[in-house]
Amino acid sequence: MKGELRIVLVGNPNTGKSTLFNRLTGLHQKVGNFAGVTVDKKTGYCKLPDGRVAEIVDLPGTYSLYPKSKDEVIVFEVLADRNNTAHPDIVVIVADASNLKRNLLLYTQVADLKIPVVIALNMIDLSRKAGTEINIDELALRLGVQIVPICARQGENIDQLKEAIAYTSSVPLQTDTIEVEALAPSLITKIKEELQVDLPYTALQLAHQHENVRFLTSAQSERIEELEQEFSFHSQKAQAAETIARYNFINDVLFDTVKFRPGAAKEETFSNKIDKILTHRVWGFTIFFAILLLIFQSIFAWSEYPMTLIEDLFIWLTSTAHEVLPAGVLTDLFVDGILAGLSGVLVFIPQIAILFAFISILEDTGYMARVTFMMDKIMRKVGLNGKSVVPLIGGFACAVPSIMSTRNIESWKDRIITIMVTPLVSCSARLPIYTILISLVVPDGEVAGILNLQALALMGMYLLSIVSAVIVAWVMKFLIHSGERGYFIMELPVYRMPRWSNVVYTMYEKVKAFVFEAGKVIVAISIILWVLASYGPPAKREALTAKYQSEQLRSRHTPEELESMEAAEKLETSYAGVIGKAIEPAIRPLGFDWKIGIALITSFAAREVFVGTMATIYSVSDDAQMESVRDKMRRAKKPDTGEPVFTFAVAFSLMIFYAFAMQCMSTLAIVYRETKSWKWPSIQLAYMTALAYIASFIVYNILK
Amino acid sequence: MKLSQLQPGQSGVIKEFTDLEMSIKLMEMGCLPGESIVVERFAPLGDPMAVTVSGYQLSLRKREASTIILQ
Repeated sequence: MKGELRIVLVGNPNTGKSTLFNRLTGLHQKVGNFAGVTVDKKTGYCKLPDGRVAEIVDLPGTYSLYPKSKDEVIVFEVLADRNNTAHPDIVVIVADASNLKRNLLLYTQVADLKIPVVIALNMIDLSRKAGTEINIDELALRLGVQIVPICARQGENIDQLKEAIAYTSSVPLQTDTIEVEALAPSLITKIKEELQVDLPYTALQLAHQHENVRFLTSAQSERIEELEQEFSFHSQKAQAAETIARYNFINDVLFDTVKFRPGAAKEETFSNKIDKILTHRVWGFTIFFAILLLIFQSIFAWSEYPMTLIEDLFIWLTSTAHEVLPAGVLTDLFVDGILAGLSGVLVFIPQIAILFAFISILEDTGYMARVTFMMDKIMRKVGLNGKSVVPLIGGFACAVPSIMSTRNIESWKDRIITIMVTPLVSCSARLPIYTILISLVVPDGEVAGILNLQALALMGMYLLSIVSAVIVAWVMKFLIHSGERGYFIMELPVYRMPRWSNVVYTMYEKVKAFVFEAGKVIVAISIILWVLASYGPPAKREALTAKYQSEQLRSRHTPEELESMEAAEKLETSYAGVIGKAIEPAIRPLGFDWKIGIALITSFAAREVFVGTMATIYSVSDDAQMESVRDKMRRAKKPDTGEPVFTFAVAFSLMIFYAFAMQCMSTLAIVYRETKSWKWPSIQLAYMTALAYIASFIVYNILK
Repeated sequence: MKLSQLQPGQSGVIKEFTDLEMSIKLMEMGCLPGESIVVERFAPLGDPMAVTVSGYQLSLRKREASTIILQ
């Protein structure tokens, strides 16, 4: 579909901009990227009353055209650069009526860029309740724009807004706001002249932002810098003067058009009352931890059934495919490569959906802002942010949805550090590895009468994960540099009921993004791993086939025995096995042999593959029989000395390795998607592997 | 008197700022000279703080609040 005119939505955060976007576009929307940057671009289509189809683009929420985060730069770029692919015909300013003064600041800035504007005055009901009477006609007259009071949540007056958009003239009609030229007269004139900019405000904005915006050539940017030197332009002072001038204009306008009814501020006190409990010294943290426990519990408990269902479905698909499809390489590739990879992707859907349902409820109600408020001081100490708490806790279930949830951390540095340490938190995929290894080497005894030794060991692994995440975050605080100065000037929105449709939509959107974006990478790597594990150097393979066809061997073993023996030897002679042998010298200092090496390689796909690989290597045909895997592992002896392979030292070394190592390609894929570069997943892979290697080495040599 | 020195429930009128860069961010968020500001509460660990200004609630760190001088 192609729109006949383009409309962008601009507004402060928490003004209901996304809700309005959903109202206007329905479910006909897609998430892409603004050209060349890592900012999500939501686009949808809307049929106007006059029959035209409008393309609607949602811009990132911002309080001003002067960006505070890298995402916000895009707003000015889209509005000021006529060649930008998202440059609009009409701007819809979404303003919160209950907080009109601050919302109008952004309006006056956008208005001066002289693009036709319509104001959608949202939450008019809330502002009336709070005792504010806005004379909308008078305000529209003063500003020279159409103003449509709407209620995006209830969907009220959306049709009127569409009409207003349809009737908006293609020429900007808004009245001038402030005298822009007065702020830097000669500089503005010069920039207009030399860069062929026709608007004084665009020229002024370029003077402030020429280093950030990408539509200027470096020669142009340097020229602006020279001009600034020449006219001794002080960016911050000019910005302060501009903001004060704009608020003077706004105060003048609002003085004539807005009346306050005293003593009716009910909504405000209601939010305050809730805050007295939810951010209380004692109750605040108690309630917060209770909510976290609930989320944690639900991710584990509620997702169990659907996850089993998905797994069962794939087991059924796999066996059916093997029966129905002709045996051969293509079938094997499809079933053991692609299907196995797909099941690895889809099995995470329940956890992602549940985590994001909770997160969107917490965001929507306004509680997330309070969590940030309460946790900021602690998290700041270790280089994180109040908002890092939720992803870190979610990491106990799965790092994948948790890393996706770091989106709401505005500070780039805080977000990157959160992404970098989240995979250290002990996720559910490590659990099977820990349980099998602990049960192998830790006696099932009790300490002090009540504490089970095995449970203590398991708890130790979980505690270790938290401690390591905090320490690594603290170290990264000093290593990662960013030009952004850390701020915590944040709006605390009033408490509201969550919009359930929004909760469902967020779940849908996140699941979709995960399946398609991360899924591509996961399936690709699964296929590579399948090839590595199924094929081997031809010479070795032929020898193997010959060996298993010999009558001598066949007469001594049952067919089942032969099958499992052959499977084990096939793995040994596969490329994965060859690589396992090749890396053996590197992992021997950690106490691992080449068989564990194979498991390390195959479980790079996902940690839970470890147990399955162990099962294959120690020739257990049925993966479900954990008992027998454990017994086989227990009986495994070193060929040269005859000592058991899995000693206390080896088992703990292995657990420590899995605690730190980045053995999860889903996480790498999602980090790539979220940071849109291979730099961060590479650093993460490198530092976690190094950490794992060193920690395992130390543990093995101490316990040996 | 700095904003960071007020106790919950106390209020003041913004006079000026001591940090130009911070003042721009604060003014954009509605903390303008002449605007009255009420301290609502401090976070459980004493920092940051929540204030009401320009008809809505804003949270800011004490270090940031200390750049706001009251009348």
